Amino acid sequence: MEALSHVNYWAAIVLAMIGLYAVIAPSNLIKKLIGLGMFQSAIFLVYITVGKVEGGTAPIIDSGHAVYSNPLPHVLILTAIVVAVSTLAVGLALAVAIKRDYGTVEEDEIDEQDRR
Amino acid sequence: MVTLRNLLAAALVLGIYSLVMAALWVVLDAVDVAFTEAAVGAGVTTVFMLLAIAATGRHEKIAHRRPWLPILASLAVGGLLIYGTLDLPGFGDPEAPAQQHVAPHYLEQGEAETGVPNIVTAVLASYRGFDTLGEVTVIFTAGIGVLLMLGIVRRRRAGAGDDDDDTGERE
Repeated sequence: MEALSHVNYWAAIVLAMIGLYAVIAPSNLIKKLIGLGMFQSAIFLVYITVGKVEGGTAPIIDSGHAVYSNPLPHVLILTAIVVAVSTLAVGLALAVAIKRDYGTVEEDEIDEQDRR
Repeated sequence: MVTLRNLLAAALVLGIYSLVMAALWVVLDAVDVAFTEAAVGAGVTTVFMLLAIAATGRHEKIAHRRPWLPILASLAVGGLLIYGTLDLPGFGDPEAPAQQHVAPHYLEQGEAETGVPNIVTAVLASYRGFDTLGEVTVIFTAGIGVLLMLGIVRRRRAGAGDDDDDTGERE
């Protein structure tokens, strides 16, 4: 059991690595934003994992339960999800504006047009 | 979803991924987060994605750049992070520092102090109410930013009609 106690963190890190790759590698701006969304989910997973208590239940006070998971990471991540959607909306709006001005959302082609 | 060339498919896979994450939050006792993820992460995000893809085109051009540098960078970051996790307390450890500081107070006194049995709600709306006000400010700012970016561009190029300006105020 000791060896498996960090598996959740590692799963989150693998997700974060895929997300990071998807932010750096593609030249399509929408694809980069999808990668950013994956990266954010990975961070959420780390936080929620920290909050989990063995044998605990959801932090809603009830006479039938004594052990609860930590509510603080849940609050933080609730806020973070909403903020993530706000940033995503701004990013997508930027992509749409770039598409209107340059006629493309591919990074290579935008660079080429800028060099001219 | 990283290797998909069709952006529409990638956006839908992102929505499914988000829904699966919501199920995972339930398993990890974070039911409030699960609600939010399912509604905002899987719902609103997918709608935004589809609107943006409708405006920018659904096919990604085949890139002829080498993927080795990004892969190397990701692996290096991942390796460092895994090295960092080795010092963390184990999964579900009730003695972990994160479980010792302020959380017990909220769990023991929260219902008496705020009258709300759901501690996540109590912290969000009562103890940290000002932070939630800040969060609403962020959403408001983002909404204004989106409206400005799309609106100004539209005025400059009158005639290029396109209406996806409902990307604004959302909770």
